[in-house]
Amino acid sequence: MNRSTIDLWVGVFVVAGAAALLFLALKVGNLASFSNSQTYQVYARFANIGGLKARAPIKSAGVVVGRVSDIRFDNDAYEAVVTMNLDASYAFPRDTTAKILTSGILGEQYVGLEAGGDGVMLKSGDRLRLTQSAVVLENLISQFLFNKASEGKEPAK
Amino acid sequence: MPPWTKIADDMRGRFERLGSNVTSNVWRLGFASRFLFYMVLHSGTALRRFRLTVAEIYFAGVLSLVIILVSGLFVGMVLALQGYETLQRFGASESLGVLVALSLVRELGPVVAGLLFASRAGSAITAEIGLMKATEQLSAMEMMAVDPVARVVAPRFWGGVLSMPLLAALFSAMGIFGGYLVGVQLIGVDAGAFWSQMQAAVDLRNDILNGVIKSVVFGIAVTWIAVFEGYDAPPTAEGVSRATTRTVVTSSLAILALDFMLTALMFTGGKAG
Repeated sequence: MNRSTIDLWVGVFVVAGAAALLFLALKVGNLASFSNSQTYQVYARFANIGGLKARAPIKSAGVVVGRVSDIRFDNDAYEAVVTMNLDASYAFPRDTTAKILTSGILGEQYVGLEAGGDGVMLKSGDRLRLTQSAVVLENLISQFLFNKASEGKEPAK
Repeated sequence: MPPWTKIADDMRGRFERLGSNVTSNVWRLGFASRFLFYMVLHSGTALRRFRLTVAEIYFAGVLSLVIILVSGLFVGMVLALQGYETLQRFGASESLGVLVALSLVRELGPVVAGLLFASRAGSAITAEIGLMKATEQLSAMEMMAVDPVARVVAPRFWGGVLSMPLLAALFSAMGIFGGYLVGVQLIGVDAGAFWSQMQAAVDLRNDILNGVIKSVVFGIAVTWIAVFEGYDAPPTAEGVSRATTRTVVTSSLAILALDFMLTALMFTGGKAG
């Protein structure tokens, strides 16, 4: 085979390889979302974050509007401090509620935002004051069992 | 002579063989490292006359395309079938895309492509260099004041190192396509859920970049082993055939061992995601 045919095939090979990498980055890894868009940072304190992880999505009305950037433990208040990066194109009122929710029964946990009615919008560095912790399944079950047990006692009285 | 001296002699023989094996392997490893260093230092020719390297990319990369693409397609299709079987028991068959993509990008892409590359291209590199040595072509080059490492070995090394990440990426992409074919077209998983869950779960840096790093490391390891075994092969027909076998065995083991180490470093070290 002559030289220029080899060059052509190597060129095709390199282009195909680069295309495969691009496919992995864009179609599989979703490079496009939030990696280069402007964000602003807010934080919230939770009594219990359950299984929330850094990079978990932040959703409002089901739409991803940001990502959790950092989770710390505040040793003075014994609370979790969750730092969130919100996309700059979405503004939320100052009295927005942050809840830790689960997608599906076995799904991953995310932060759900519910907009309030305040006219002043959140800006970078603000704190979300209204929060609701993650639901811990064990607590829920023990509460349920406790209620059941007290229900069962009453007719016997 | 009492019988125990015979046993003692036998034992001593075993220990001597074990010791000499260990020493000679350590010696070979040292030589191989020196060889790698020398080759990288003298790869100026391979990069200046890039055509030499391009010819080797053709040989190691383009000619491996068929086996890589076909294997990738089938691996992806099998993953989708097997994954669906398990996932649907938990009612999570929409996560099929995540399963296929993560296992291909993180593990199977680099590892299986590396193993195929070792047996398809690595063995050929060893056989070629070994035969050149056995037929004294390398010595002839030295006589003409051409450094055989710079002229013959380095282009093959760089050709392999450059081809391997591209092959692994093609393998992963093809595998995901195979998973899509079986999962979405054949079984009927929802196409939107397949892609969107995959995109939500696969991280560019943690998963894709780490997979690429793996494939680069495997490429260096396999080609290094292949060119070294060829260069170090005894210049006989038997020596070349043994060197070829050793290339495939050693580089497969090296890939699996390196994969364990890299995975341990990449996916368990960091805190939370």
